[in-house]
Amino acid sequence: MSRRVALEASHAVAEAARMADVDVISAYPITPQTHIPERLAEMVADGELNAAYVPVESEHSAMSACLGASAIGARTFTATAGPGLEYMHNVLYVASAMRFPVIMAVANRALSAPISIWGDHSDVMAVRDTGWIQVFCQNSQEAFDMTIWAFRVGEDRSVLFPVMVHLDGFTLSHVVEPMFLPGQADVDRFLPRFQYPYSLDPDRPMTHGALGPPDIYSEAKLAQEMALQESRSVILAAWDEFASIFGRNYRPVEEYRTEGAETLLLTMGSYTETAKIVIDERRDKGEAVGLISLRLWRPFPFEEFRQTVSGARLLIVFDRCISFGMGGPVFSEVRSALYDQDKRPKVVGFVGGLGGRDVPEKEFGYMIDRGREVAEKGSDRMIETVGIR
Amino acid sequence: MKRQETEVKAVKFGDSHVTTKEFLAPGHNFCTGCGESLAIRMALKALGENVILANATGCAEVCTTPLPYTSWRIPWIHTLFENVGAVISGVEAGLKISVQKGRLEDRGIKCVAMGGDGATSDIGLQALSGAFERGHDFLYICLDNEAYMNTGIQRSSATPYGAATTTAPAGKLSIGQITRKKNMPAIAAAHDIPYVATASPSYRFDLMKKIRKGAEIKGPAYVHILVPCPTGWRHGGDVTIEIGQLAVQTGIFPLYEIEHGRYRLNADPPKRKPVREYLKLQGRYRHLTDENIETVQAMVDADYARLKEKVEAFPA
Amino acid sequence: MHVGSIITDAGNASFRKTGDWRTEKPVLDKEMCVRCALCWIDCPDAAIKPGDDGYYEADLYYCKGCGICAKICPVGAIVMEDEGEQ
Repeated sequence: MSRRVALEASHAVAEAARMADVDVISAYPITPQTHIPERLAEMVADGELNAAYVPVESEHSAMSACLGASAIGARTFTATAGPGLEYMHNVLYVASAMRFPVIMAVANRALSAPISIWGDHSDVMAVRDTGWIQVFCQNSQEAFDMTIWAFRVGEDRSVLFPVMVHLDGFTLSHVVEPMFLPGQADVDRFLPRFQYPYSLDPDRPMTHGALGPPDIYSEAKLAQEMALQESRSVILAAWDEFASIFGRNYRPVEEYRTEGAETLLLTMGSYTETAKIVIDERRDKGEAVGLISLRLWRPFPFEEFRQTVSGARLLIVFDRCISFGMGGPVFSEVRSALYDQDKRPKVVGFVGGLGGRDVPEKEFGYMIDRGREVAEKGSDRMIETVGIR
Repeated sequence: MKRQETEVKAVKFGDSHVTTKEFLAPGHNFCTGCGESLAIRMALKALGENVILANATGCAEVCTTPLPYTSWRIPWIHTLFENVGAVISGVEAGLKISVQKGRLEDRGIKCVAMGGDGATSDIGLQALSGAFERGHDFLYICLDNEAYMNTGIQRSSATPYGAATTTAPAGKLSIGQITRKKNMPAIAAAHDIPYVATASPSYRFDLMKKIRKGAEIKGPAYVHILVPCPTGWRHGGDVTIEIGQLAVQTGIFPLYEIEHGRYRLNADPPKRKPVREYLKLQGRYRHLTDENIETVQAMVDADYARLKEKVEAFPA
Repeated sequence: MHVGSIITDAGNASFRKTGDWRTEKPVLDKEMCVRCALCWIDCPDAAIKPGDDGYYEADLYYCKGCGICAKICPVGAIVMEDEGEQ
């Protein structure tokens, strides 16, 4: 019995964790994630959610406690942002390698220095290699939906990987939007109970986290990578199942008006919605432009992505992070993904929207125009930027 | 050819019965004569099998779990060096809520965390402090060999004054460790946890009693075990027990308990042995002059007197 | 290889023969032994095992030859002897 509500995206995430009947929440507050643990703490204090809220003393401990809880078979959730994500960096690798299905919402925030509480994707890009399944959200509905979905996928017996749900700090996390909340019965249908097959149990003692000497480490890592790649099938199946129960379709690569598009914009996160407005304007003027949004970030959706862009002549990538010494990280990855293709567009990258810098519609227009110029004539700039003085 | 082994379930020592079950399987990589492996063996006998153990990175973790082998016959988890206090907090919280929500039956499983002096008083202190402050029901065992032994004898905040380590070596300009050993039991006690104790594998039954006590208490408990290290302290593997006894008999490592803030000194020798007897057995103190040893003696005398004051002021 | 490199065979380290680390091995004189079991409790490797005869003797498969048992024996019933040629 779904109902229409207005919810701040942070609260939508908290509500999803509540409806998923999470067992352990171990989180440390950091702007702009704070509304998520605050709402959850409130729910626990009022008896709306029966969970253990562990108010740890740092993000590193937050993720570490999540590992412990997951190891005992508890459904586990946390949230963080920016420097908090970095503070737990060491533990992120362990969560994936030890195959604990911890679900974490990240309110994407800029990394210091200078210290910035505002949004960009530098925190996301810093954790690309950690082995987590990662998805992006554009609005409150997606923030809710992806959180529910994350438990379903991460805890799947054939997956057992932690999942990050990314939502832009402030520009999404703090925005109240209309959305549909499903009924508990539907959530229960979609989300089975967590049954961890390797639980710490005196009746069946197991050793988790053994030492990996050189003659075994490589095989362990390869097994991890293969398992992460194979999780694709469950990722897609879970989205299909989600659609059949809740009526909303999600795909690894979202397309917007890409039919016959010569030029494609690539965005991630909530700026996708701003970009859509510009695409509409340009289409109205008869331009063959379209938009793709990467929803699934890891494992990278190679197949869907290559297929979606194959017909375009130009792909313009909008990065909200600088990978120092290398340029736009998504730009680099995307070019690499297309390198071997016979039919591929030219790829031009722009960096902007750093540390909460607003990227209004006209900037997306600028990217399309300047992108075409660079594709044709090349660029003498070290890096193409948008909205940076 | 293997001897006919016994069906005997326990060995009797006076009134105590110590189980013959070995929860730490032999075949591990601990050094010959290692005090830490002995302390763990004894502690596990006191704990029994209804436990979950979280271990920090260190000698214990490395020596007991070289993939694909494990010595552990109890459920065991290791993640990183710096976070065992947080990991056990998650296990404990997860267990409690799972029982409360009816997902698991209440089997009274005890949560235990273990770490070396590095994991406890240095890199993992923050996480441990948090676990104490939140009041999780767990026992923390510190296996103190007074340096980062597993990585090659580097100094820690538990390394005593005058001891040589690789990162605070004795040299022409240096006496080795110039700082005093961090008082970790006092730090634990400052969190107002119900039970803090010091122990030594040289005093086996006292150690096992304290482990059992710490496990039975509700809330955080901390047992600090001094474990001689033949490799790092540079003594023969055969004198491990003797050295531990001297540590106690000189007053360098007194055996005491702090229960709800009240002190009990378990052994108070009327005349403590001179520290020289302890120091001279170990290569890590080989460079100390007579004057240095006098300084150490004065420090130990002062620390012991301070402990006595607390025992007198807040008796158990 | 198990998921997450988890070891499910508890205590399988008991396959490992640490006895070949030794250069000396403990030898028990049963005449002198008072069966106090201190050697049993003080062995870091749990290599001394109680026998049906009530005596405690080293399992040479695991014994690393540290000599703690010989040192700790209150009646000197254990002597460390050279391992000799292997």
